[in-house]
Formats: sequence, C-alpha cells, structure tokens
Amino acid sequence: MSDRAESFPLHRREVARTLLGARDDTLIVTGLGSTNWDFTAAGDCARIFPLWGAMGGAVPTGLGLALAQPTKRVLVATGDGEMLMGIGSLATVAVQAPKNLTICVFDNERYGETGMQATHTASVADLSLTAQGLGIRNAAVITDDAELKADLDNIVNGEGPVFRVIKVRAEPLEFVLPSKDGVHLKNRFRAELLGPGAV
Amino acid sequence: MLEWGDDIFTAVKEAGVGQVAYVPDAGHKRLINACIADNDIKAVSLTTEEEGVAVTAGAWLGGEKCVMLMQSSGVGNCINMLSLIETCRFPFAAFVTMRGQWHEFNPWQMPMGTTTKQALETAGCLVDEVEDPADVGAKAAATLHKAFVGQQSAVLLLSQRLVPVKTFGK
Repeated sequence: MSDRAESFPLHRREVARTLLGARDDTLIVTGLGSTNWDFTAAGDCARIFPLWGAMGGAVPTGLGLALAQPTKRVLVATGDGEMLMGIGSLATVAVQAPKNLTICVFDNERYGETGMQATHTASVADLSLTAQGLGIRNAAVITDDAELKADLDNIVNGEGPVFRVIKVRAEPLEFVLPSKDGVHLKNRFRAELLGPGAV
Repeated sequence: MLEWGDDIFTAVKEAGVGQVAYVPDAGHKRLINACIADNDIKAVSLTTEEEGVAVTAGAWLGGEKCVMLMQSSGVGNCINMLSLIETCRFPFAAFVTMRGQWHEFNPWQMPMGTTTKQALETAGCLVDEVEDPADVGAKAAATLHKAFVGQQSAVLLLSQRLVPVKTFGK
C-alpha cells in the first residue's frame, strides 16, 4: 500500500468547511462514512442529508434530488470507497446531465471506517479519469489549497455535472456524529426545503 | 401483449409521479417507452437496480415522487439499498416483471425469480402480485397509493404470464 496519502496537504475537515461555507443554500448529501463526520463537524444543519448506510448510494441519492429540484444546487460529498461501490452511477448522472449537480470525492485512498485499508485509488484507480470515461466531462483532481481556492467557484456554482476528486490526507480524526435517526434526517431536510407541511 | 403497461402508465400519471427509474426490460418495454416519451416524467436509465432505490430516496427528499421498474433478477441487487427506504421510512413504489415462473427458458433466472417475494418481504417491502392483465391497472393504482399516500414500501410483482415467452429462438 502506498503511504503517499499520509502526506497529502489538504485536510478533509477544512475542505468540508470550505465547501459548506461557499454557499448557504446548497443541498448536500454526504456518503458513508467520513464525509458525514466532516460535514457534521463543519456545521450540522437541515440541508445536509448524511447516509449512515446504503453504501454506493450517495451519488444516485444526489441525482434524484437534483432532478427533483433543478433550480437548487446539489452537492454530493462522499469518500473514495463509497464512490467505488456505486461507480456505475456516474454514467447514470452523465446521461441525465443535471446542470445543478456537483460530486466531490474526498479521496484519502483508504476505507476509513474499517481500519484505513487501502482502496483501489491507493494504487491504480483514477476516479477523475473514470468519471470522464463514463461521460462527465467536467472532471478533475484537486491536490492542494491553491487549486481548491482557484476552482471553488466552478465547483459550487459551475454548470454541472461537476466531478472533483479532492485528494485529502489519510489522518486519524475525532468522530463528529450527526443524528442516526433516518426518519428525523429525512424530515428535517424536507421541512427545510419544502416547508413544515412536507413532514 | 404488454398493453397492461398503458394501465400502469395511467396510474403513474394520475399519482403525479415525476421520475421513473428503470433498468431496460422486455416486459416493461411499452411502459418504459411511454415514460421516456412523456414530457413531465424524467426517465432515468440505471446501470444497476440499487441505484434506482437511492434515486427514489433523493427524489422524495426533493419533494418528487419516483417509481422504479425492474425485473425480478434485479431485486437481488437492491437488498442492502432498501435499508435506506426502511430506516428513513421513504415511500417506495416498484413494478417488477417476473422471471422464473411460467415457461421459463433460462435456468439462471430461477434462483431470483422463485425468491423475489420473500426477498422483498425480508427487506421490509409490502408485496402484491398480479397475473390477470385486467387487474393490472387497479393493482398499480393501489401500489402507488400504498407508497405515496400510505407512506409504505410497496412492490407489485407482474406475473411472467403477462409477458411474451422468451425462447432465444429455440
């Protein structure tokens, strides 16, 4: 296993804070599991729907949401392991081509929840090339803070589908957990977006 | 054959469904083509059925009803993703064309075809079945009502007797 990810300069919690802070109206789906803790740490709120399970489901959940709300910006933030489990969903996104959808993969090249084992990106797999090959043309890799800052407007406001692999450091971090109650998470999200009558 | 697809389509339209997620399927061909041709329905072609379960959840988060169309073999692909539906109590409606039931040519369809109902019930879905084409419209409407009014996970299995016998020319 390559140890390179332990010296990647970007820290995932700071990336989450940057993305969350870039717009106050983005609808966010986070994938199992570290991106849940990253965005909860950045500022748990009703417009974030964290997935505590359903591995591989972050992108298609974001797609259904983006198609339902074409005038709102939707961000899917998930990990490399979660993305690999639902990789075909990128082709499904490419065919639908929602202009309001951004997918950010926080790629630490590890399965964080199971003991930091190497994912396929630690050796040979390139998720940005994969996304391009599956039809998402606006796909790129971000490796440091200067690149993130320079690209931020495009990431959060640019014409979608936007796909970014953000290489983040493989590092031990404190768990910052959102509610585990799926019904509560669903209801708070719908009430925020659609009003109290939606619950 | 497959005119019953029109009855499901009518029920889908009357229920105000905005998204239909599907895996291409011979039995659902007529219905899928009607959904693709409809300007008010976003037809989402999937690479695997489990994506559709998550698309359905995302659509509901955004205030839109989504229906899934698939074949019995695809139900097996959905099992873990259906935990999203059960845990968050998302409404879920699916129409499943059956294999492994009636003049099945392909033995590889038997394991999933003969256990579809049990698999879905184990995953928390309410399952109804229909064999008579005259009943499809009413049962489709009831499935959609169960999902979107009753807020349940509801699946209608469409018997293999409703679809043309597949022989691969043999």
